[in-house]
Amino acid sequence: MIVRALIVTMIFAQDPAAAASAEHGKVAFMQHGCWQCHGTVGQGSIATSGGKPLAPGLLPWETFSSFVRSTNRAMPPYSDKILTEGDLEDIYAYLQSIPKPPDAKTIPLLNP
Amino acid sequence: MARSKIDRRKFLAGVALAGAASASPEGAKAATPPIMEKAPRPSALRPSAAVAAAETGTPQISAKPAGMPGSDFMVDVIKALDIPYLPSNPAQSFRGLHESLIDYGGNKKPEFLTCTHEETSVAMAHGYFKIAGKPLLVLCHGTVGLQHAAMAIYNAWCDRVPVIVMGGTDLDASKRPPGVPTFHSAQDVCALIRDFTKWDDQPVSLQHFAQSFVRAYKLAMTPPYEPVALALNAELQEMTANDRARLTIPRYVPTTPPQGDLNAVREAARLLANAEHPVIVADKCARTANGVKLLVELAEALQAPVIDQKGRMNFPNTHHLSQNARGRTLIGEADVILGLELSDYWGTVNAFIDNGEVDGAGLQESHIKPTAKLISISSVLLNTKSNYQDFQRLQVVDIEMAADAEATLPALIEAVKQALPSSRKAAIEARGVGMKKAWNEARDRTRQAAAYAWDASPIGTARMAMEVYAQIKDLDWSSVGGDRQLSSWPSRLWPMEKYYHHIGGPGGYGIGYGAPAAVGAALANRDAGRFSINFQPDGDMMYSPGVLWTAVHHGIPLLTVMHNNRGYHQEVMHVQRVANRRDRIAYAGKDLGPIGTRIENPVIDYGKLAGSLGMWSAGPITDPNDLAPALKKAVQVVKAGEPALVDVVTQPR
Repeated sequence: MIVRALIVTMIFAQDPAAAASAEHGKVAFMQHGCWQCHGTVGQGSIATSGGKPLAPGLLPWETFSSFVRSTNRAMPPYSDKILTEGDLEDIYAYLQSIPKPPDAKTIPLLNP
Repeated sequence: MARSKIDRRKFLAGVALAGAASASPEGAKAATPPIMEKAPRPSALRPSAAVAAAETGTPQISAKPAGMPGSDFMVDVIKALDIPYLPSNPAQSFRGLHESLIDYGGNKKPEFLTCTHEETSVAMAHGYFKIAGKPLLVLCHGTVGLQHAAMAIYNAWCDRVPVIVMGGTDLDASKRPPGVPTFHSAQDVCALIRDFTKWDDQPVSLQHFAQSFVRAYKLAMTPPYEPVALALNAELQEMTANDRARLTIPRYVPTTPPQGDLNAVREAARLLANAEHPVIVADKCARTANGVKLLVELAEALQAPVIDQKGRMNFPNTHHLSQNARGRTLIGEADVILGLELSDYWGTVNAFIDNGEVDGAGLQESHIKPTAKLISISSVLLNTKSNYQDFQRLQVVDIEMAADAEATLPALIEAVKQALPSSRKAAIEARGVGMKKAWNEARDRTRQAAAYAWDASPIGTARMAMEVYAQIKDLDWSSVGGDRQLSSWPSRLWPMEKYYHHIGGPGGYGIGYGAPAAVGAALANRDAGRFSINFQPDGDMMYSPGVLWTAVHHGIPLLTVMHNNRGYHQEVMHVQRVANRRDRIAYAGKDLGPIGTRIENPVIDYGKLAGSLGMWSAGPITDPNDLAPALKKAVQVVKAGEPALVDVVTQPR
């Protein structure tokens, strides 16, 4: 029983999306204003996120969560008073659901 | 004419019938006021003898003063400076000059461009200069007009752009009409903008005007370029110059721009030539096309990377030494940094993070090696105003030249070539090879970054930029708006090599610059036969949308592509940052961002807005696959000589 609980905990720690809702995560991503700097599909911008996309290539959950809660860089930290743990997990699930972009070499407009 | 008479008779008959009807008892019953119960009074007073004589006698024509209207002479002075355009909003306080410009001056050089706001007038002149290299003249009411114009003048000041502003006023309180003209007069109209103009004067005679106008032009056109102002007294405009032959117009002789001291130039060259990791940072360095060539020559001599901060088009982004993508890293590794006309040297070599730490001062970190040597060439040191803080934080540098960078580059290039030791030739060549490899890698990374959100709706800004480029790439194009608001995609993805491929931003970051400056720049491009494109932020557009009408009215071809993210995006994170610091949720109400930062509910239809002002338009477009056909049509309209607008609903950045 203890072993089973430990396994469940480990799985959840690695992948909170297993228990979270990507659909609600998208709503939370918009409601909490994440999209304003990171774009509606997490593409990022050199103006507001150092040019780094959030997804795909998402940070591991622990790193992601820790950064959101305690960053002291350009992005302000979000405490659990203003962004609940549940919403953050759902946002993570939404970001995990974003598909990989096409290879730029296959887009004619990017190869003029 | 006969038809007109018949119509008039019918009209009068109709009026008579209507009068009879209203005089009927039935009509009177409903409308008779109590005063009618009193004794009837005459409908009008008897005319005085003077009025009767004036109305019945032979009109006497006032004797016209001999000589030349003062404002005609002013036009002679203005024409002597070969000023092509005069974007202005009409005002009573310069009516004398206005009339002279269009009737005596033939509305040519300068041509009056009708503007709907003084801020628009100055911003048009601002954009025009950055393409044409010639200053324009703007007329305003001295009080209310200059107040409207003030923000745009401040932008031009911060952007080191010359504009000649004249504010109408009427100084003689015993002669000027009471009421509105007196509201629109002041003792010292230029005081309002003195903190951010290079020089001003209030001429009290026509000869004084001629001297001051030529001096104003000369000072404005001496680097650092800046706006200048003249008060334009109404009496001076409307007086008569009895002896035109005695009035003279001083000859304009351009001033040589200030160059760096030769000893300082040689010492800077020695540091650069012997550096392991030299970096060149340029902001408003290239004032002309020649400035771009000179910077390429300097960079190639050193095989030094160039970070273009894009205050102007300083360096071709197709060159392997264009290393914007690695700017911070290269600055951090540099042993010598050459800053050319930097607006903010401190911000170039330091970081500031506004996170409320350190008793609210935020994190302030140096980004450079403690041993790095800093060199600065900037003409802004020659400005001596103190109130407005556009001079930015003080950055201590090792060699500082109060000089124009472009004018100093030839001497610096020569000194660098002489200072390069032959022993360093191989190392410098190897540096160039490394830069080529880095440039290729950065290009591939940038293109891949552009692929993110490629099919998104709202439309990704990279997709929008490249859809536009596909339509204009074979034309002689000029990007006349800033592109920072859309993640700088045009300057990252489009090949920019010519000095008119981009023109930098507003300078003082005063919103309301974008649309009118683009129209002004497009006017200069029209005369040069170029195609102009402006990515126009929605918030900026709503400060001065009337300029779209000006573009239509004067046939200024410009493709405006709305970057319509439906918000004042810059401000969102300021509110969010403070709310987070206070552990509060930034209240959005029914909007998608903190209250006060969104432009929605209702959303603005910029296509309809442009259409109402007589402009061809399309949109709003939300599906990226709809962009190409709309842009194709818009490009055809612009190629035919008219402005067009395509409204694109976009991602925030």
